[in-house]
Amino acid sequence: MADFEIPQLKEYPVIPKIHEGVMAHSKPFVAKQEFQGALGFPGELVDNWQQVAIDKMGELNGKYRSLQVFLDSCVKCGACTDKCHYYLGTSDPKNMPVARQDLYRKVYRRYYTFAGKYFPKLVGATDLTKEVLDDWYSYFHQCSQCRRCSVFCPYGIDTAEISMAAREVMDAVGIGQKYCNEIIGKVYKIGNNLGLPEPALADTLEGLEEDIEDDTGVAVKLPLDQKGAEVLLVTPSADFFAEPHVDGLMGYAKVFHEAGISWTLSSYASEAANFGMFIGSYENMRKLSLRVREAALELGVKRIIFGECGHAWRVAYSFLNTLAGPFDFLDPKYPVPQHILEFTHDLIQRGGITLDKSANDDMVLTFHDSCNIARASRMGSKPGGQFTIPREVIKASCNHFYDMPQDTIHDATYCCGGGGGLLTDDLMELRVKGALPRMEALKFVVENYGVTHMAAICAICKSQFTKVLPYYGFGMDSIVSVHQLVSNAIVMGNKQ
Amino acid sequence: MPFWTIVYALLFYIATALLVGGLAYRIRIYAKTPAPLKIPTTPAPVTRQGVVLRMFREVAFFESLFRSNKWIWIFGYLFHFGLFLVLARHLRYFTHPVWFWVDLVQPFGKYAAFFMVIGLLGLWARRFLVDRVRYISVLSDHLMLALLVAIAMTGLSMDYLSHTDIVSLKAFFLGLMYFNWQPLPEDPLLLVHLALVATLMIIFPISKLLHAPGVFFSPTRNQIDNPRAEPGLRAHDSRHIAPWAAELDR
Repeated sequence: MADFEIPQLKEYPVIPKIHEGVMAHSKPFVAKQEFQGALGFPGELVDNWQQVAIDKMGELNGKYRSLQVFLDSCVKCGACTDKCHYYLGTSDPKNMPVARQDLYRKVYRRYYTFAGKYFPKLVGATDLTKEVLDDWYSYFHQCSQCRRCSVFCPYGIDTAEISMAAREVMDAVGIGQKYCNEIIGKVYKIGNNLGLPEPALADTLEGLEEDIEDDTGVAVKLPLDQKGAEVLLVTPSADFFAEPHVDGLMGYAKVFHEAGISWTLSSYASEAANFGMFIGSYENMRKLSLRVREAALELGVKRIIFGECGHAWRVAYSFLNTLAGPFDFLDPKYPVPQHILEFTHDLIQRGGITLDKSANDDMVLTFHDSCNIARASRMGSKPGGQFTIPREVIKASCNHFYDMPQDTIHDATYCCGGGGGLLTDDLMELRVKGALPRMEALKFVVENYGVTHMAAICAICKSQFTKVLPYYGFGMDSIVSVHQLVSNAIVMGNKQ
Repeated sequence: MPFWTIVYALLFYIATALLVGGLAYRIRIYAKTPAPLKIPTTPAPVTRQGVVLRMFREVAFFESLFRSNKWIWIFGYLFHFGLFLVLARHLRYFTHPVWFWVDLVQPFGKYAAFFMVIGLLGLWARRFLVDRVRYISVLSDHLMLALLVAIAMTGLSMDYLSHTDIVSLKAFFLGLMYFNWQPLPEDPLLLVHLALVATLMIIFPISKLLHAPGVFFSPTRNQIDNPRAEPGLRAHDSRHIAPWAAELDR
């Protein structure tokens, strides 16, 4: 099945001994010239790349307090060393958060600190050589920017910030990652990550409408580019056809239908995910975000709601207002943006929809907290709503729910292994190994509570698990969308 | 003036200037560098008071570290709390009359140095015994621990083995503060202790000891969780935006 060793699922999680260099070969494909150009990056390694990189590092230090403070503050206490799923799954010491940061920090020290300039050996500072750059390319593409290390660091040092900076420096010298940069280019050109043009999107939505009507006998609409709708729904483009994502999309449609609220998708902003964050590029992230603003203005909506997607929700919740605000042209009664789960949860609370839990009686469920929702966003008005709201919606939709072990959920959740721009086939080994801690937690509830399905609220998690679950002996269809459960349970035609 | 008095007087003036100046320089950089995006590690407080409380728990109890690793927490806490008491006790050598609360701390401060040493040795042992921590340790990490242990040991020796002329020492430091130099007792233990302390002061602003001011500027811990327009938290016409980012809108 694979040309690498699939980790064994153990009874209890074990912190592995370090094995130097075992993942040094893992590198994603480098972006070709054409993809780099569209994003404003050089097409290949520039001649004076060292100087360009060092200057870029200085520029970033002046732009991001996080980076400057995190580079200076680490005391190498070791608290983070056993927290990264990629370390736990690969045992490569450069996948320990502090060691990953040090790949960047040792260069920062060499060129930007007194100790590193005059006593490099003493403080572990090194020149920026081609070998170091290669190491960067390898190991900064073994970080899914999930922020688990940041929860456990006594100074809150977030390796994601360093990974983003490193990727931005690499883009600046012409060494971009194909997967991310090609996708960002597609959004600029067509409107979504999948490169699905408007006519194809319209066709797909029509097909889904037919499916729902065949299934329920109710004519539920999935409107596209409908001016004057109340709500603009922005959802990851995987929701348009991938499994189990699409079942979630049909769930959103049914909820809107039952709530009697007019809504629309936009072909121009037909993508919730924002890969600009993965490559640490504020400019690209902003440009992608502005599409949502423009679509909202063009369609004259009153509210913006985002579909199930993890990193997308981080950018939407935490950054959208900064990047593309202010949203003073939208209805001030509602947060901008809202999450579809906040919307559905509120309806459930108010009795706005009726759910028949027994519709999901063929499943025993658990819930995977997506990393960027758990540690970089919120739902509802209270801190921690991002944990309670999805669970309350799941519990309102089914009879059998069990959480995975405490140290693997909520803000201690493990990344699925495919986040942060790593959901590409050229990183399959990393993805399989990085899923290990989550698979062990899943195994625990499967064996102890008879769990059959894991619900998720992120397009990347869903795609990643579909692909990775079989490596560990689970069925690829044991991953479901939360709104798929809602879709199964919702009683249609109940409300007039 | 005796030779060593002149040397140490100059040393402490220079060390103090470098410590204060260096820290002010770094803190100025941290304060002036914008945080263009809201990146608190969530769940995070949605109010300013909540953030103050979160930061207090972090600084006073090492909350995140406690969740993370009990061994590092216990050794780290022993060291830092011991250091805090020892430093508080040392204020008696710089104040006249001695402040009330410094007198209160005195009996605890005398034993706190033992906790300091235990904590430091525990942390140091981890750098040898735990393969992951060994991998991330470089020479300066070991030297920093050696320096702190040496400071604590020389200090303890003067407390429990061979007393130094503490009255003259206090006169020396008060003299430095009021520019009325007094002779420094030429006790070898004391000279070593003071030289090590001055070294620590000098390297503070150019080393990982910057974690002390750094933690207060860490955006993942000091930001309020209110990035989106949301009734009661952020008006729909307001934005969190850095000056360089605002330029992009033009």
